[in-house]
Order: sequence, then C-alpha cells, then structure tokens
Amino acid sequence: MTTAKISIQHVHKAFRIKRNLGHLKESSQPVSALQDIHLEVRQGEFMVIVGPSGCGKSTLLDLLAGLTKPSSGQILLDGKAIAGPDLDRGIVFQQYALFPWRTALANVEFGLEAKGIGKKERRETALEYIRLVGLSGFENRYPHELSGGMKQRIAIARSLAYDPEVLLMDEPFAALDAQTRETLQSELLRIWEATKKTIIFITHGIEEAVYLGQRVAVMSSRPGRIKEVVEIPFQGRTSEEDLRAHPEFVRLRHQIWDLLKDEVQRAQEQEKTSSLHYHQQKIKDKGGA
Amino acid sequence: MAGSSTGEVLVRFETEQVLQEGRLSLAKRSADRLYRGIKSSIAIVAFLLIWELAPRLGIVNVTFLPPLSTVLTAWWQLVLSGDLADHLIASLTRSIGGFFLAVAVSIPLGLAIGWWKGVAELLNPLLEVFRNTPALAILPVFILLLGLGETSKIAIVFYACAFPLLLNTISGVRNVDPLLIKSARSMGLSPVSLFRKVILPAAVPTIFVGIRQAGASSILVLVAAEMVGAKSGLGYLVQYTQFSFQIPQMYAGILTISVIGLIINYLLVHLERKLTSWKATFSE
Repeated sequence: MTTAKISIQHVHKAFRIKRNLGHLKESSQPVSALQDIHLEVRQGEFMVIVGPSGCGKSTLLDLLAGLTKPSSGQILLDGKAIAGPDLDRGIVFQQYALFPWRTALANVEFGLEAKGIGKKERRETALEYIRLVGLSGFENRYPHELSGGMKQRIAIARSLAYDPEVLLMDEPFAALDAQTRETLQSELLRIWEATKKTIIFITHGIEEAVYLGQRVAVMSSRPGRIKEVVEIPFQGRTSEEDLRAHPEFVRLRHQIWDLLKDEVQRAQEQEKTSSLHYHQQKIKDKGGA
Repeated sequence: MAGSSTGEVLVRFETEQVLQEGRLSLAKRSADRLYRGIKSSIAIVAFLLIWELAPRLGIVNVTFLPPLSTVLTAWWQLVLSGDLADHLIASLTRSIGGFFLAVAVSIPLGLAIGWWKGVAELLNPLLEVFRNTPALAILPVFILLLGLGETSKIAIVFYACAFPLLLNTISGVRNVDPLLIKSARSMGLSPVSLFRKVILPAAVPTIFVGIRQAGASSILVLVAAEMVGAKSGLGYLVQYTQFSFQIPQMYAGILTISVIGLIINYLLVHLERKLTSWKATFSE
C-alpha cells in the first residue's frame, strides 16, 4: 500500500462535449469518461490496462502523463501528486510520434536535450538505447526509411533514454502486423527485465494483455471504471516454452474475455446510439432550417 | 531462449531487407536520372527545333516570329552592348529586394499569427481577401501612392510575395501533427522549445510552398509592373523593343525572363530539398 509507485486515487474525468450546435440550447453537456478509477502500481511492475474501445483508456493515459488534469481525485507518483508533464514519465504512442525531420539518433536524443544533457553524453546514451532495442546501424536513418516495427523500437528507445521512472504505453503495437507485434512483445519483456522499469501498458488485445502483464486491469465501457484486476502468475515469461499454448494462459485469456464481453457489447451499443442520435439531430436540423 | 532467438532472426531479416533496398536504389537511381534527363529534354529540343524551322520554311511570318538563331544573335548583341546586363540588374534588384523584404516580414508574422490561434482566426478572412486581390489590380494604387520610381516596383513585388508566404506559413504552423506536439509536451518541453524544436521544423515544408509561389510571382508581377511604367528592366525591354519593332530583341528579352524564372525556381527547389531532405523522395 505504501510502496506504490503510482497510485491512482478515485479519479474522475468528465469532458464537456459540444453536441449539436443548432437551435437547441443544451450545447455542452458533461460526458463522464472515467469514473472512480482506483489503482495502485508497484515499483517495477508490468501493469496492463485492457478495455473496450472508447472506454477512456487513452484519457487515463493522458492523465498519467500530466497532459490533462482529473476532474476529481488525484494521481500520485512516488507519493507526490502529478502536476504536469515531466521527464519522470515516458510515453510511447501507437503512431510512434517520431519527429520526421530528425534521424533515429536525433529522435532518441530529443528527450535528453530537453533534460539539458551535454552533447557527448547525449550521443552515448542514445546509441546505448538504440543498441538495447536492437537497431544498431540505423542511427542515421530518417523515420520514413524505417519499417513500422523499427519506428516503434526507436520510439521506445527515445522514451527510455531519458530514464523515466515509469513507461506509459498507449496501444503501442496496435498498428503493427501480427508477426512484428509478437516479436516486439517479447522484446519489450526483455527490455523490461533489463531496465526494471515500471510499465503501464494500455491495449485492447486480451492475448497481449495476458502475455505481457503481471497484472491486468479490466476496464468497463464508458464511463470507464476498473472492473477487476486479474493477477497473471507466470514466472520468467521470457523463458523457452510458448506461453500462449500454456493451459493456464488459455484459462486467463478466457477469464478476461468473460469480464470484457458484456462491456464490448455495451460499448458497441453506445457507439451505435450516439451516431444514430447524431444523424437524427442532423435530420431535425435540416427540417427546421 | 527459443522465443527470443526467433525474434532476433525476424529483426535481422527486417534489417537486411531495408539495407538491401537502399543499395539497390543507388544503382537504379543513376540509371533513372539519365533516363529522366533524356525524357524531359525531348520536348524542349523539339520545341526549339520547330521555332528554328517554322519561320525558315515559311510556315509562319519571319517578321513576327524570327527563327531561334536570329533571336540568339540579337540576344548576344544585347549582352555585348551591356544593355541586357543593365536591364537584368534593374529587374533582379527589384524582384530580389521585394522578395526578401516579404520573406523577412511575412515569415515571422505568419509564425506569430499561426502560433496564436485566436489571432489566426481573426485575421484569416481579411488575409484571404487580400490574397485573392491580384497584385496587378492594385498596381495603379501603388503608382499613385509611391510614384513611378523604384519604391513602387519593390512595393508591388513585396505585396505579391507577402501573401502566399504569409498564408502558407500560417497553415504550416497550424497544421503541425498534433501527436508530435503531444509527444513533445509529454516530455515537459517549454512553449519556447516546443516552438523552436517542433513547430518550426514541422512547418518548413509548407513554408517552402509559399517561398516557391512567392518566387514565381515576384518575376511575374515585376515584369508586368515594368511594362506599365518604368525606364529600365526586362519588362521595359520587351515592351520598348516591341514598340520600336525590334522583334528579335523582344524575343531575346522574353527568353531571358523565362530563363531567369527557371533559374530562380531551380534554386528554390534545390534549397527546399536540402532543407527537407528528411522527407520521402519525390520520385517515389
């Protein structure tokens, strides 16, 4: 309890969404994205958050990054409330977010520049992390000269290079093809064991969640809540046997799918009604005009 | 370690593929360049041949369209007499002066307008009105206000260059990929470093679209302005030689303007490629 690296305490987040700018006065009504999120992540833990689309996973990540503030509740990092974005948290995005005008090396150096580290040391550190992600020899390539998997490796190197306390990953492998994804998953586990970072990994893939996480937090459909936290009791997951074929793996996968099934359905219903609502409004607006 | 070694094999495979593509494209590129060079010059050579032959064969009137060789002889005489140099310097001074003045004013202004969203929304409609008012339509106003001298010429070039530069700079700043901004912000960058390290480099390609448009219009507008009221310059040369029926000299003037336009465009494209070499090559 007291040794939590990250402690998310009763966090709510609501947005004001401008819906239908027409003649109706109720132009902005608050939409609750996250409701009473409560979660503690231990030092060095690999925590995966899984949930249906639109459940507020990315909102939660923005809050952890300090890019937005919770409507109520607070998030503590090492016992201190998160006040804004800082280099003690590194983010890896689904779309890589590499700076296209910088080479791989310069991209990895970016955070180090922000940290105010000298040129020589910056270069050495960056090269070291490029080696860690297995891309030595590609330092001087521009992002458009790299494949998707390589871009994500560089993005991971960039986030690790400035040595954050916590690595936040927002569906980082969702845009990759299946083979590259599996490779990067096992690479990530290797990097995690090498660096001993605390990782919070967001995904909608159940198999990915069970494969990577020490614990998997299952979120509900909107408004997002933590429905249950499932322990994944595998030891030394980078070792030989194919984890995915393990009966325990299959059981856990099924357990999480059971937790998620209704939520996915509900999320899809929500999407349908909101788009239906939108179209009806549009038709009404046309009739009125 | 079976799991991780298959992983490494995959990476190595991926790696080699990318390296090989790089090696292949080097040999292919030089062959491509030769092929493209031939292909792109065929039309020009044909055009010049027709220009030379059509008057000689009596297809067109030699008086109104002299053969290319006659025009080139006239051009060479203009070079020898020093007339061409005088006109060229007069024109270039005006157009380069106006162009750089516009660069110096528009780019910083555009960066500022683009950065402060409110300002951009406020000013954009007015800027659109100005941009869609052709510089030549306002030329009489410039002549009225600034007279027939150098000031009005430089001012009209400045006006013609300023708007494409300004609008492209604004849109360059405003259309930076939000994810890049988010990524930089998550690393705790201050607004100033965010602007310097992310917004500015990301906007460079769009700014260059404006620079190229400005380069083209600087020549166009200047020539027109010199035709209306000037005592020197390439536009004046073309107009004057036409009035005094020195037809080969007139064509020599036109040819010079075309070549200047080409050179300016080439220089700007070259500079653009240099500054945006990180982008995927255009041939792909």
